[in-house]
Parts: sequence; C-alpha cells; structure tokens
Amino acid sequence: MNFDNPLIHAGLQFLGIFIAFNVVLMIVAYTVLAERRVLAFIQGRVGPNRVGFGGSLQPFADLLKFIFKEDIIPDKSTRFIYFIAPIIATAAALMTIIVYPFGPVIHIPFTDISFPLVITRFDVALLYVLGVTSVGVYGIALAGWSSNNKYSLMGGLRSAAQLISYELSLGLSLVGVILQAGTLDLYSIVEQQGKWGGLGWFILRGQFIGFIVYLISAIAETNRVPFDLPEAETELVAGFHTEYSAMKFALFFMAEYVNMFTVSMLATTLFLGGWNGPGVAQFPILGLFYFLGKVFFFLFLYIWLRGTLPRFRFDQLMNFGWKFLLPLAILNIIISATLALFNII
Amino acid sequence: METLLLYALFGLFAALAIGCAIAVVVQRNPLYSAISLIGVFIALAAHYIMLAAPFIAAVQIIVYAGAIMVLVVFVIMLLNVEEAEHRPARLRFLVPTAILLAAVLFAEAAFVIYSVGDSPYSSLDTSAPPVGLTSSIGISLFTEYLLPFEITSILLLMAIVGAITLARQASISELRRAAAVTITGDNAEAETSGFQSAKSNEITPVRTGAIN
Repeated sequence: MNFDNPLIHAGLQFLGIFIAFNVVLMIVAYTVLAERRVLAFIQGRVGPNRVGFGGSLQPFADLLKFIFKEDIIPDKSTRFIYFIAPIIATAAALMTIIVYPFGPVIHIPFTDISFPLVITRFDVALLYVLGVTSVGVYGIALAGWSSNNKYSLMGGLRSAAQLISYELSLGLSLVGVILQAGTLDLYSIVEQQGKWGGLGWFILRGQFIGFIVYLISAIAETNRVPFDLPEAETELVAGFHTEYSAMKFALFFMAEYVNMFTVSMLATTLFLGGWNGPGVAQFPILGLFYFLGKVFFFLFLYIWLRGTLPRFRFDQLMNFGWKFLLPLAILNIIISATLALFNII
Repeated sequence: METLLLYALFGLFAALAIGCAIAVVVQRNPLYSAISLIGVFIALAAHYIMLAAPFIAAVQIIVYAGAIMVLVVFVIMLLNVEEAEHRPARLRFLVPTAILLAAVLFAEAAFVIYSVGDSPYSSLDTSAPPVGLTSSIGISLFTEYLLPFEITSILLLMAIVGAITLARQASISELRRAAAVTITGDNAEAETSGFQSAKSNEITPVRTGAIN
C-alpha cells in the first residue's frame, strides 16, 4: 500500500484518531471507577462493587443514568452559550490527544509494515498542546457566566483567574525540557530520552525542579484537589456546573478526567521518558506498556492526593502560584539554560 | 484534488474569519463580541497553518485566544456589563468617517492582493524555505532582528514593573485609608469599601501579568 498518497494518509490518521479517542475515553471511564474504589479504600469504605464483577460495569451504568436524566436548562440562562460551553470544554480536552507519542516504531510480524505509535508529528506539537489547553478555559468560564447563577459565576471567575495564574508556571516549567531537547516535537523529545539504556529521562537529567513545578501547576490546571476551588462544594454548591444536568454535566465530568489523562501523558512524555525504559530497544511493543504504566501512576497520584489533602483557600492559591511557583519555574529555566549551554548531562 | 481541498479549507476559514469579525461589531452583548473575536483569532491561526507558519499559528492561539481574550472575558464577567441598548446616535459624523476609513482599508487590502498576488508558500509545498518553523524564527530573532527583539523585551519589562508599581501603590494607600476610617469610627461603610478595594486590587497583578 502506498502510504504517501495524501488521501490514504489522511484516512489512516482518521483511523488512528478514532482508535485513540475510543481507547482514551474507555480509560477515562475506568479512571472514574478507579477513583471511586481507591477513594473508598482510603476512607475505609467499600465503594461501588455491585454492577458487574466487582463493579466493573459501573462506568456504563453511570453513562446510562446520565443519558436518561432530564436535561434542565435554566429559564434565564444565555441559551446558546450554556449549550456550547460543555462542548468547548470536552473538545479542547480531547484535541490534544493527537500529538502524544504512545510508543516507538512497531513492526507487525510476518509483514514489512512498520509504523510509529503516534497519530501525527509536527514542528510545534508542544505549543499546540499549550494553545488548545488554554482555549479549554472558555468552557468553564462561559458555563459559569451563562448559567445566570451566582455560584456558577463565582466558580467560573475563580477558574479563569486560577487557570491564567497557573498556566504561566506550567508553560515556564516546560522551557527547561525544551532547552535541553532543542525541539518542540514531542516524538523527538521522547527519542532523546532513550540514552542510558532507556533511563535517560529528563527528570534524571537536571529537570527535577521543572517536574515538580509542572506537576503542581498541572493539578491546578485540571481543577483537582487541592486546587478545586472552581467547584468547592462547601462554598459554591458545585461551582461552574451547578446548573448543569444530564449529559451536559457528563461532558464537563468527562472533560475533567480527559484533562487529567492528557496532563499525565505530557508529564510522562516530557519528564519520565515517554515510552522509554529498559528493554524497549529489543522489544518495541514494551514501550506502549511503559507509557501507559507511567500515565496510570500519575492518575493514581491524582486520586491519592484527593484522598489526602485539604483544599487551598483562594488567597493561598494565588500567593502560592505567583510568589512561589513562578519564581521557582524561572530559577529552573536559568539552571536548565546553564546545563544546556555547557552541555552538562 | 489537494489544491481543491486547500481552496475549500481557505474558503471555510476565510468565511469564518469574516463572519466572526462582522459579529464582533454587530453584537450588542459584549460577551458575544468577545467570543466572536476568539473565533476570528482561531480562523486566522488556521490561515497561518495553511501558509506554512505553524509557530505563528500556535503563538496566535496561545497569546490571543488563550491569554488576552480570557482576560477580556474575565473582565466582562466580573463587571457584568449590561447589553448596550439602541440609543439615538449622537455623534452622527462618525458614520461617514467610518465609511471613509473602511474604503481606505478595502483599497489597502486590494493593493496588497494586487501587488503580492498568491502567497508563494503553501503547506503542501515542501520546497518552500522553512521560514515559519520554530528554529528558523529563533535564529533570525537572535541574529538579524536582535536589536528590535531586545527593545521589545525592555518595553515589556517596563510594562511589568509599571503595572506592579501602580497596583502596589493603589492597594497600600487604599488599605491605609480604610484602616484610618475604621479607627475614626465610621464602621460599616469603611469595612465594605476597604474589603472591596482590597479585593479588586488582588486581581490587578493577575491581569497585567498575564498580558505581558
């Protein structure tokens, strides 16, 4: 088959996107279940264990419930924006999946077909991720505004302020990796971490501060505990999605978990070597499992933090972001620039 | 086939850009105008990609759609700006002025189209020089255009310092005044005003910082 034909190429990319979206959405559905079970374990409860074997069909039961619920639209809401906000949130969350490299070049046995496990590669992949993520803010902010509810509005405003503040630290924490790798293409960033028998990860090569700053800002970017002020239920009922019900609420829910998944993938790709690990050079398919294993570690970390930490106060959140995290990210840039300039590590 | 697809995409995004641009002006609700402006920026980013300048496209999305417009939307939501009513036009001379300026703009665009013609680059043309790629932009910024680049940096630094100075002075003096009023005994009013001013000033560094 001629892969250079643009139409076949586009068709294959659509196929790749279809598979990746479905796989990611399935993983996300089971992340929700895992969160409920792990949280229950941390809090000494049992959690959902009735639907299917040990609760394994619970995500589908939840989905059916969301579909069959009544979809309530508040009377004085701004209808069009109210309708479009969850779509913006989910679309922005899903759109970043296409640039992540899931694995190295895979060779299908008994044929001469081999292809890398990545949907598309381009020059500015990392900037694309940042751009699409920053557009996702509108989903939350507009949802809060259009609901015509003071709690929703407060939630939307808080989330806009929080996301703007932590986006800076997030973007700056990536500069260190970009300086060391010398490229914005995620696939070649991962390839450069293949040194030291698959352990030349950037976190082990001088990017530890960058990793910490990224991890904290990523948690804030995804509105998770301890940074979940936009939906602080003790103060704001449910924050920006107070008025949302049925499938529109499910879309916000999904967007949050897809965002968790994508920031975990970005952390894995940039700091933990992506699909690199011992033995990948001999058995390339191992790379996919390394990649997913690292991503699942981050997802577990998210749930663990939720079961452990209390929520920030809003002024603490702002002070922490602007007066601690941002200077730390700038310090990391200076250190990484020195490392890159003198070619240390 | 490929050129046809390219033309179709160009038509789609051009129509989106122009439609959103008209909506920015026509909409009476400021939030709708802001959302339409985001649409314009996204359509422009798509045009940059088709002109083989992915870096500019990504920066367009990050800076304009992702940072500046978020702040605009934030301010509109915070102030809860009401929908502007249809008032009788007072400044009538603005209408012919606007028509004149629009005519000048159209003439300018027509001149550019006439003199430049089609863009020499297209995304499918691999022989085109990689002017839009990140590394080439970085190299030319730090060699050929170093002086403008450094001047811009200093300008932005001045803007940051100025913004911080303004925000700090305002918050310190207002807090002092609020404290003084509280001591003299005008209790209820001082508390509310002091609380509000402190709150509004907390937002100021966020706003200015992200623009820069």
